[in-house]
Amino acid sequence: MKVGLYHGCSLEASSREYLESLRAIAPALKLELEEVQNWNCCGASSAHAMDHILALSLPAETLAQAEQQSMKEVLVPCAACYGRLAATKAELAENQTLKQQISERIEMPYAGSTEILTILDILDKVLTADVVKSFPQKFSHKVVCYYGCLLVRPPKITKAQRVEDPLMMEDILKRIGAQPLDWGMKTECCGASFSITRTDLVGMMSGKIIEDAILRGAEAIIVACPMCQSNLDMRRQAIEKAMGKRYSIPVLFITQAIGLALGLDSSALGLKRHFVPVSLLENQEAKAVATGKSS
Amino acid sequence: MENESFEPKIVAFVCNWCTYAGADLTGTSRIKYATNVRIIRFPCTGRIDYNLILKAFERGADGVIVSGCHPNDCHYTSGNFHARRRWIVFRGLLEYMGIDPRRIIFSWVSAAEGAKWADVVNRAVTEVRQLGPAKEFNEMRKSQAFEFRSV
Amino acid sequence: MSRIGVFVCHCGENIAATVDCEKVAKTCAKIPGVVYSVDYKYMCSDPGQNLIREAIKEKKLTGVVVAACSPRMHEPTFRRACAEAGLNPYLCEMANIREQCSWVHPKSKATTQKAIDIISTLVAKVKRNRALFPIQVPVTKTALVIGGGIAGIQAALDIANSGHKVVLVEREPSIGGHMAQLSETFPTLDCSQCILTPRMVEVAQHPNITLYSYSEVESLSGFIGNFTARIRKKAKSIDEKLCTGCGECMNACPIKKNPSEFNMGLGTRPAIYIPFPQAIPNKPVIDRERCTYFRTGKCRFCETKCPAQAIRFDQKDELIDIQVGAVVVATGFNVVGTSFFPEYGYGKYKDVITGLQFERLLSASGPTLGELKRPSDGSTPKKIAFIACAGSRDPAKGIEYCSKICCMYTAKHAMLYKHKVPDGDAYVFYMDIRAGGKGYDEFVRRAIEEDHVNYIRGRVSRIYERNGKLIVCGADTLLGAEPVEIEADMVVLATAGIANQGAEELAQSLHISYDHHQFFAEAHPKLRPVETNTAGIFLAGACQSPKDIPDSVSQASAAASKVSTLFSQKELTREPVVAVINRTAPPVYSTCVGCFMCQSACPFNAIEREEIRTRDGKLIKTVARVNPGLCQGCGTCVALCRSKSIDLQGFSNEQVYAEVTELFA
Repeated sequence: MKVGLYHGCSLEASSREYLESLRAIAPALKLELEEVQNWNCCGASSAHAMDHILALSLPAETLAQAEQQSMKEVLVPCAACYGRLAATKAELAENQTLKQQISERIEMPYAGSTEILTILDILDKVLTADVVKSFPQKFSHKVVCYYGCLLVRPPKITKAQRVEDPLMMEDILKRIGAQPLDWGMKTECCGASFSITRTDLVGMMSGKIIEDAILRGAEAIIVACPMCQSNLDMRRQAIEKAMGKRYSIPVLFITQAIGLALGLDSSALGLKRHFVPVSLLENQEAKAVATGKSS
Repeated sequence: MENESFEPKIVAFVCNWCTYAGADLTGTSRIKYATNVRIIRFPCTGRIDYNLILKAFERGADGVIVSGCHPNDCHYTSGNFHARRRWIVFRGLLEYMGIDPRRIIFSWVSAAEGAKWADVVNRAVTEVRQLGPAKEFNEMRKSQAFEFRSV
Repeated sequence: MSRIGVFVCHCGENIAATVDCEKVAKTCAKIPGVVYSVDYKYMCSDPGQNLIREAIKEKKLTGVVVAACSPRMHEPTFRRACAEAGLNPYLCEMANIREQCSWVHPKSKATTQKAIDIISTLVAKVKRNRALFPIQVPVTKTALVIGGGIAGIQAALDIANSGHKVVLVEREPSIGGHMAQLSETFPTLDCSQCILTPRMVEVAQHPNITLYSYSEVESLSGFIGNFTARIRKKAKSIDEKLCTGCGECMNACPIKKNPSEFNMGLGTRPAIYIPFPQAIPNKPVIDRERCTYFRTGKCRFCETKCPAQAIRFDQKDELIDIQVGAVVVATGFNVVGTSFFPEYGYGKYKDVITGLQFERLLSASGPTLGELKRPSDGSTPKKIAFIACAGSRDPAKGIEYCSKICCMYTAKHAMLYKHKVPDGDAYVFYMDIRAGGKGYDEFVRRAIEEDHVNYIRGRVSRIYERNGKLIVCGADTLLGAEPVEIEADMVVLATAGIANQGAEELAQSLHISYDHHQFFAEAHPKLRPVETNTAGIFLAGACQSPKDIPDSVSQASAAASKVSTLFSQKELTREPVVAVINRTAPPVYSTCVGCFMCQSACPFNAIEREEIRTRDGKLIKTVARVNPGLCQGCGTCVALCRSKSIDLQGFSNEQVYAEVTELFA
């Protein structure tokens, strides 16, 4: 399957392991990724709070580029970029005057014909039974799947099923032999962009998430968003400070979990870049729970 | 088209259950309005064949008011919806025929809206007075050989 | 030739103060066709009416115009006076020169002229009035009551007690409806079954009531006084005449673990079952979808054990047609289930249940025999969170309305919980407390003050499970939106009341209106709450909108009274202001071209198709025909008809055009 790829800034910077792991698993999944040329920032961090026209123009320009490059579908692995692109596409589809205005602003024709896909949409399509058959091992670990906010919200734009209790990631992980556990924090806020301004709040909110994951007996938290991964992993110190405990549970991108099932090594998957060491018990029958031991 | 001493002749086609009752309420409340209007009672605005409006103009009316129950309140459930739909098509026909659609006032007046009826009448009279006599039909009338049969 | 009499009333000073009545009478005398024109102080008085009566006789009047108040006031008065003098009442019209003339204009020439204009318009109309005669429609004095809940039961008993026959059709195997599922009722905490079962027995034993349970109304045709209803008696697989209700079959049945509908899925029942011990009729039915014999052809164990040999596996559904004169629709309501709430777990938590399910847990005849036990592990819940307004008053969920009964039954549930588990904690999350009935507010106060139920004003945004407990995340808005988190053993959702299953289909087959929530529509929200827009069909109970037992019973009795009124007459008399489609001699037969636009426009289904055939049965044309029993006289069809083949008696084209023409003559 050939799709366009718009990975945005985080996947080249603080979450570059997401892109590394994605590129590493793509061949096995028969996924051909073609990067959108001349893509620009999606404006997820601040544009939508500053200026509505700017907030629409930035994603529109990337989408216009994709159209020009004859891309019917574009994979957007970062949930924040996805949120901005999808919202822009929806708004411009509703409002023809605005569409015209934005097209003039970006000085490019914009038809809104490109389909925007999340990492979960793509994985659902390409991780067929046939493809999984050839995987050398199973990712047989107990995990919890954390969706954060942007993968399912706003429901009208993402068209997500079961917004309060999504099961898309669980479904994909089951295919590679994982045991996803039910838990209460699937879509609870991690503190999001307070990561920089109020890291203490992130400590508290992400702390609750970590606590519940451990309570359920998870060995790892699986995510599909660079912001989620940052807050749960990079801010682990802040979390431990807020909660007064130590936690060693690792946070993996879903692409890294798939990579492990493919037998790829940790450097190919960027596992060494994590703040919290990724040391999943290799014993496939391990039932022990990774609790708050000092690491 | 201004004529200081011109008093327009206006006929109002109203429904029995809402506007006629509303007009009764205007009377009971002793609210005064212009004398130019003559009310003709119908069971429902749905009964009003719009040929009747043309007949009224043909016979010398300067303005026509059509008034019934508010949408969803029709005593017969949907008569006023039919009247409304007819009005939308009829409006186009009027313009085509060269009759100023401002001479016809379409309103919803419920049985509780005595004051509104007075307001509708007064506004209609003012508007039609400004438009002047409906000359369009006078010519047609003169050319008519038709005599209404006497009984 | 017309001989019209004009009678101008002074109405004391009401008309005379601004209109010169004498002048009006004198001027009207000159209208062609008017042979008599007088003015009088009070036309509606006895001498005034006498004036009319005598003039009719002496002057041989063919029509009368009374110029006075509004016809909405005195048209019946003057029409009666004319009838008494031998003139057909529909040859009398009223000219409104009071409400629409003398009262709204000052004393002036223009006002007097307007009165004259109004009268001459009506003279022109009345010259073209035709004698009309009230339409007689026969009445079948049997009522059909659809639905055997408390509303249907009450309506059936009231109608039967007034001496008329009733056919009561109930979809479930037993009557009783939701009231039979309740443990105690507010505000008295009366045992629900105790007050209901005597009525259920009365229905079963009443000589005037025929009860068809496990049956549905498939179709209804006809019109008021003359309906034909087709009823499907679903096959119970039991010969009711032989069955004694002993229950041996239920013990024998090997398929015992079917979710019990009566217990809202919390308990089980066998494939052959009586829904609850006090069921009426107290006879079982076989659930053919779960019965082993019907699924695989094996078993029939119940048949071997039945001492009365009453099991009939080969029984088929039976269709019967009955003639009725009126219908009372009392089909009740339903409640949304827990799966309706994504934020409360999509229905996956066993201990998050609806109010009706909690009712079954409380009930002594319920799945836990009245002991409060958690569905998940059977332990006694020590902390229960009750969530009011679950789904109701929530446009985001598509239910904008208030379900009316939940504030009361939530208070009741909390109280009954505290009575059963005195050391337990009850929390009620509410938005408002709606306790507007007699003794209702006192009841809620009792819950708070005597039973120490904790009322928290706020909503619950999420429930999730942790360590076997339910984490209820809410807020206390009276403390400034302070977050509140409760670790509850059980959560009871007061879920929204919605239209019952199949409501839309039933409404369509009965030709009654319903709203966008599939609740049945009353004819007027204020003044006609138990009638529908379809003559002869009445509403009772929660099928119209969610309501409690006293309101359902009141509505049922009201509907029964409407039915009794209908049945109290030998024949129905209707105003002859109806539409008529012309008929004329062959070869035309009628100018109607058979487009049937009128039929689709008529809100009352009053227009039928009539086939005009030759003597040997060959079809010539199909034309429209108005059913005078159903037509309400709106005239929409008249304005629609492109061939002008249909006219409205009392407001005919001839009359109406004459009015307009006369006005500007």
